[in-house]
Amino acid sequence: MFRRRLPEWLVLLLPAFIVIAAVVLIPLIFSLYSSFTPYKLTRPSTLWRWIGTANYERILTDAKFWAAFGRTVLFLTIVLNLELILGLCIALMMNKVTWGQRTLRTILMFPMMFSPILVGFQFKFIFNDNIGLVNNALQSMGFDVALPWLVDGKLAMFSIIFAEVWMSTSVFAILILAGLFAMPRDPLEAAKVDGCTPWQTFRHITLPFLMPFIYIAMTIRSLDVARAYDIVQIMTGGGPARRTELLWTLMSRTGYVDARMGLANAMGYVSILLSIAFTVYFFRKLSAARAELGMGG
Amino acid sequence: MDRNQAHRNRKRGLKALHFLALFLTMSIICIPGLWIVLNSFRPTVEIMAKPAVWIPSFTLDHYRAMFGGAGEGGVPVLSYFRNSLIVSVVSTAIAILIGMSGGYAFARYRFRGKSSYFVGLMLFRAVPGVALSLPLFIVFAKVGIIDTHFGLILVYVALNVPFTIWLTDGFFRQIPKELHEAAEIDGCTRWQAFWKVEFPVARSGVASAAIFAFLTSWNEFALASQLTRSVGSKTMPVGLLDFTAEFTINWGGMCALAVLMILPALILTFIVQKHLIAGLTFGGVKG
Repeated sequence: MFRRRLPEWLVLLLPAFIVIAAVVLIPLIFSLYSSFTPYKLTRPSTLWRWIGTANYERILTDAKFWAAFGRTVLFLTIVLNLELILGLCIALMMNKVTWGQRTLRTILMFPMMFSPILVGFQFKFIFNDNIGLVNNALQSMGFDVALPWLVDGKLAMFSIIFAEVWMSTSVFAILILAGLFAMPRDPLEAAKVDGCTPWQTFRHITLPFLMPFIYIAMTIRSLDVARAYDIVQIMTGGGPARRTELLWTLMSRTGYVDARMGLANAMGYVSILLSIAFTVYFFRKLSAARAELGMGG
Repeated sequence: MDRNQAHRNRKRGLKALHFLALFLTMSIICIPGLWIVLNSFRPTVEIMAKPAVWIPSFTLDHYRAMFGGAGEGGVPVLSYFRNSLIVSVVSTAIAILIGMSGGYAFARYRFRGKSSYFVGLMLFRAVPGVALSLPLFIVFAKVGIIDTHFGLILVYVALNVPFTIWLTDGFFRQIPKELHEAAEIDGCTRWQAFWKVEFPVARSGVASAAIFAFLTSWNEFALASQLTRSVGSKTMPVGLLDFTAEFTINWGGMCALAVLMILPALILTFIVQKHLIAGLTFGGVKG
């Protein structure tokens, strides 16, 4: 009797809703509540004291928080743009290769299998100022230097960006390459006959066709931008002197090291809103690009 | 004559440049991974040597220490490997079942607010692991499923379901409706029609969704590091931290564990490579 009242689509979707509600929604509601309390792990009774928006007021007036927030947005902007440009270049180069393309494509997928934490360790090793590959190579080539890759603020940021780009560029490259394969030949030939320069062909024919693929890659990436946490946590832990502190490392330090859960959860909500903003933005771009090409469904 | 020559030279130059750029790209992609593999076979003395030793010697010490168990100052790698395998495989299987039924619902039924349900599900995937790990830690501790396989499996299922729905939805949409209608006219129930007709057609999409779910669970760190504490439930990404002491890191041992961690992912990805790309593009573009 009960089953008949539920429409079939709801029955099919119900398991997904239940699991997500249990694992994501309930903890999120709990953390929303606790972000309005001075909850400390060490003193459970603090969970029942309502302090209103004090935590939010506190982080919004905290210079350290804003520094981390700004750095996170800057980091994401740089990284996503670099990945897109490099991925596009790699895909265009691969498309021109006439032999061994399958092998190259397999190699290209290599970084996708790496755990972010592994990427962090790997580059911590490679950029190690004493025994790292980079410094060893520099010294063997006769430069008498030991660059403090992970100790100097600017170099550390560079190293982290390098690691992040290394890990995620292949997502872009592979998706854009798939787009290039799917591309119809006729418009390209027509453009050639009409006397377009290679740049004009690329700008007005290839690129618009690739746009949906680029937005898919962007959407997939924006779903887990916070993976960068693993890398930063391992490589520098937010140091030196907070020069590479991102929103996520600041949050985990506040939550786990200082045990100030209420405050950390308030920061968590800011980071969740940030992720959601990125995802929604690219999702909308994706549907717009799809509609333009008549691929909407 | 001269113009021909100049043109040919330019073409040759461009070709060389193309080759060089491709070679550089591939080196940058490969060298970090190879460096890890190489160092897992080098004795610690050589890794630490100053000035650097470029001609590597070969030793299996790190692997021996790794599989030797905790007694030799090693890390209980086999337990970690087992935990990772159990958690990843079980959570992938469950996530695929749940995600597939969800994807099917989105692809085949019309209902109010469909696209907002869809985007809503995606947003749950976008919640950063660190932000989720704080409250999840407290909730799981209250329920008493912290530090168990069950807890971690539950989390990974929830993590993988939205993306699986996205991919399988795209694939089921590719299949013409007439297919299962024909099967039903021939006397199949809807359930039979799904498993006998539609599922085999969408198999490569399901395979690619499974790979992504597996890789996510296999590689996840932010949540696992908080929800697991003991040898009985720690996964390999968390186990990597065992090689770091307060001021030193056992690089050789860590590299060996890293190799062990990449191998299954590598093998699996090789097997279903083709589906992987097809899955991403079909599920995404036309979905």
